[in-house]
Amino acid sequence: MKDQKPKLKPKEKMKIQRTEMPERTAEERVLGFGEVPLGFSEDLAEIEALRCLDCKDPKCMVGCPVGIDIPAFLKKVEDGDFAGAIAKIRETNFLPAICGRVCPQDQQCELTCIVGKKNKPLSIGNLERFVADYEREHGLRVTPEIEAPTGFSVAVVGSGPAGLTAAYELRKRGHEVTVYEAFHRAGGVLVYGIPRFRLPLDIIDEDVKALEEMGVNFEFNTIIGKSMTLDEMLSKEFGFDAIFIGTGAGLPKMLNIKGENLNGIYSANEYLTRIYLMGADRFPDNVTPLNQGKKVGVIGAGNTAMDVARTAKRLGAEVTVYYRRSKEEAPARTEELRHAMEEFINFKFLSNPVEFVGDEDYFVKKIVCDEMKLGEPDDSGRRRPTPTGKQFVDEVDTVIFSLGCNVNPLIPDSTPEIVTNKWGVVLVNEETLETSKKGVFAGGDIITGGAKVITAMGQAKIAARSIHHYLTEKTAKHTYFAKEVESV
Amino acid sequence: MPKLFEILTREELAPKTIMFNIFAPTVARAIQGGQFIILRVSANGERIPISISGWNRNEGSIRIIIMAAGRTSAEAIMLKVGDCFQDIVGPLGKRSHVEELDGTAVLIGGGYGTGAIIPTARDLKALGNKVIGIVGARNKDLLLLQDEMNEVCDEVIPTTNDGSMGIEGFVTHGLAKVIEREKVSYVLAVGPVPMMKAVSEMTRPNGIQTWVSLNAIMVDGTGMCGACRCTVGGKTQFACFHGPDFNGHEVNFEELQARQKMFQVQEKIALEQLNEVLV
Ligand SMILES: Cc1cc2nc3c(=O)[nH]c(=O)nc-3n(C[C@H](O)[C@H](O)[C@H](O)COP(=O)(O)OP(=O)(O)OC[C@H]3O[C@@H](n4cnc5c(N)ncnc54)[C@H](O)[C@@H]3O)c2cc1C
Ligand SMILES: Cc1cc2nc3c(=O)[nH]c(=O)nc-3n(C[C@H](O)[C@H](O)[C@H](O)COP(=O)(O)OP(=O)(O)OC[C@H]3O[C@@H](n4cnc5c(N)ncnc54)[C@H](O)[C@@H]3O)c2cc1C
Ligand code: FES
Repeated sequence: MKDQKPKLKPKEKMKIQRTEMPERTAEERVLGFGEVPLGFSEDLAEIEALRCLDCKDPKCMVGCPVGIDIPAFLKKVEDGDFAGAIAKIRETNFLPAICGRVCPQDQQCELTCIVGKKNKPLSIGNLERFVADYEREHGLRVTPEIEAPTGFSVAVVGSGPAGLTAAYELRKRGHEVTVYEAFHRAGGVLVYGIPRFRLPLDIIDEDVKALEEMGVNFEFNTIIGKSMTLDEMLSKEFGFDAIFIGTGAGLPKMLNIKGENLNGIYSANEYLTRIYLMGADRFPDNVTPLNQGKKVGVIGAGNTAMDVARTAKRLGAEVTVYYRRSKEEAPARTEELRHAMEEFINFKFLSNPVEFVGDEDYFVKKIVCDEMKLGEPDDSGRRRPTPTGKQFVDEVDTVIFSLGCNVNPLIPDSTPEIVTNKWGVVLVNEETLETSKKGVFAGGDIITGGAKVITAMGQAKIAARSIHHYLTEKTAKHTYFAKEVESV
Repeated sequence: MPKLFEILTREELAPKTIMFNIFAPTVARAIQGGQFIILRVSANGERIPISISGWNRNEGSIRIIIMAAGRTSAEAIMLKVGDCFQDIVGPLGKRSHVEELDGTAVLIGGGYGTGAIIPTARDLKALGNKVIGIVGARNKDLLLLQDEMNEVCDEVIPTTNDGSMGIEGFVTHGLAKVIEREKVSYVLAVGPVPMMKAVSEMTRPNGIQTWVSLNAIMVDGTGMCGACRCTVGGKTQFACFHGPDFNGHEVNFEELQARQKMFQVQEKIALEQLNEVLV
């Protein structure tokens, strides 16, 4: 195949249709937790990569928060050099198998891809996933070279994508790295948020194992701010020279409406944690219980809501999503909405929950919604929903709130020196990502509020570079300037 | 050196009530009165919150008391010296409130709560306060840690339902006596919900500062999931993060009690599965 490949002109390339990723049928999907996309074959991958125009001034890279050399890796895929392709990606991205699955490429690299102006953009995400899987399946992964020991040691707090990436970048530069994680396993939201049918667990575990092989220490069951403070970590007792904070999101948002503490009402965090961290879908072999009824209501229409709805469906419920605006305003990615709709999930748009009604045992039985209509655009630019005056009542026995989270308060709470804005978001110097406490840097959801895996990774890379500079340049100064601005 | 989370000592205080000393240095170095840990017994186990009743910072050990209530606590008390817990994380929650008082502090413990109030009794006493302990149980064999209570309190009033020791009746009967007798300016109650509710009702008319430790169902214990939601003063609070201690006069106890039953059906199944294995 390789040798016979024709040299195509850009015009001809533009005519090739985008190769869509083969997927399991919806009927098959809802019966289990297997991955929905089935992956490219080698041939499909080469054909898809062939569509890259190798632009002089490629725009795809501009859309990538970690700056993957996308045209170079696509060229190698086109040539059938999959090992070379993954090596190229690994120069800048430590978690390609994860990013290839969970990045919203339609809002990033594929949004800016020049082919996308006239035809559909290159399937960059699927190709990234393909080469990462190829590497794993063929055992091609190599432990990266680690620079000579610097004698410095750095603590990384949290093992979500931000923490894992920071650990990788710092270890590579020769520093001793210890990752502290509150839970008993690494991965953060990758494990206890994103469902298995989008991201299988063994992929995350491989990346954690790779870090261990590089000599990164993991300390689980440790809550920074409770088990030990930042000051203690920087003191002689622990002897860290710098700290990276990647503690992510915290307290889930509720609506503050009547009946929301009834039994059977969960936050998305609780629901997903019970299932994906604790394995409640296999109760009682796994001892953590989940009490899911037959009629599940999901509140909200973001990506988390889609994950929750699709999970509940897989556990056998009839699922309805309630959202106060219309489909057009739904914050979930188009693909996620499509997947949910294909999987027989009901949607009630322009429906705003105002009350839950329970039975004598305090279990939720009914959801009361205001019917809404859209008015003038609000601050977010989306049209503001207002009640029409009509209400409806649905029967439910489980409700899951998917309205997002506030920022994790554990560290700012225990270290008043760490300056936050009024929402608890940790403020940092935008260039170095250093916090108001000298030697303490931060990245990921803790400095942005709920964002994305890849932005968390991008920030972790920047912070790791700053930490390296802070440690190795004798002239390095505290770079935080107290100012009332929102970070990144 | 012991292994992480290894059981150093094990003592049966009463039927199905075991006191463990466990090697858990990161918890031991920072824990304070009123805080708790979350533990797992096995790799497929659930996370359950347990109060701290003591610690030895030099040795890196913590002391807990577990009363078998269902599957996980039953599995926990079967562990022997030298066995290890799968996971222990903490300290969680906020320290119990302590201050210099202008009247007596009354600390009330029911069940495992007797262990939980000991560190705070000691703290209050160190601040120069007069501390009275009231401990309740069904009968005298179920009263826990009496020697240690006598040591950390100026006076200990046991109450038993059958009158086999101390005052016959409930802890509230003991509390009524103290309130009648002297100026009480602080009450902390740890134990079953009906007990904490009755105590709060009793101190409400006099406006005595009253703290109760809410034993809501928990998962992470760090404020991330909201399983432990309680209503306090009309507002939703997370017991693990904002508490576990709250102003007893503001707590919606009915809701707490109803929420504790959220997984009743599943709890029964889980316990039956264990019993089958044991047979
Ligand atoms: C259901 C769901 C689906 C999502 N889907 C996508 C998606 O498809 N694509 C995408 O790009 N993004 C997605 N996101 C968002 C993405 O997961 C987050 O933006 C990303 O995980 C943030 O990474 P982080 O490392 O900052 O934090 P987290 O992933 O939140 O990790 C923080 C870690 O720190 C630990 N921790 C917290 N406090 C402490 C402490 N005091 N001491 C020690 N450890 C601590 C936590 O236990 C956790 O392991 C999704 C989020 C959710 C909830
Ligand atoms: C802050 C706090 C401190 C506690 N301290 C102690 C202690 O020092 N000693 C002690 O013996 N017990 C303590 N408990 C109670 C202990 O957590 C429960 O007895 C235990 O979780 C029961 O689990 P199980 O599987 O054995 O029983 P189950 O049969 O599962 O449950 C029995 C009862 O325990 C409660 N419970 C169940 N699961 C949980 C959970 N995940 N979190 C909280 N409660 C749950 C439920 O209300 C249920 O009705 C404490 C609880 C809290 C919240
Ligand atoms: S136990 Fe999860 S927030 Fe309290």
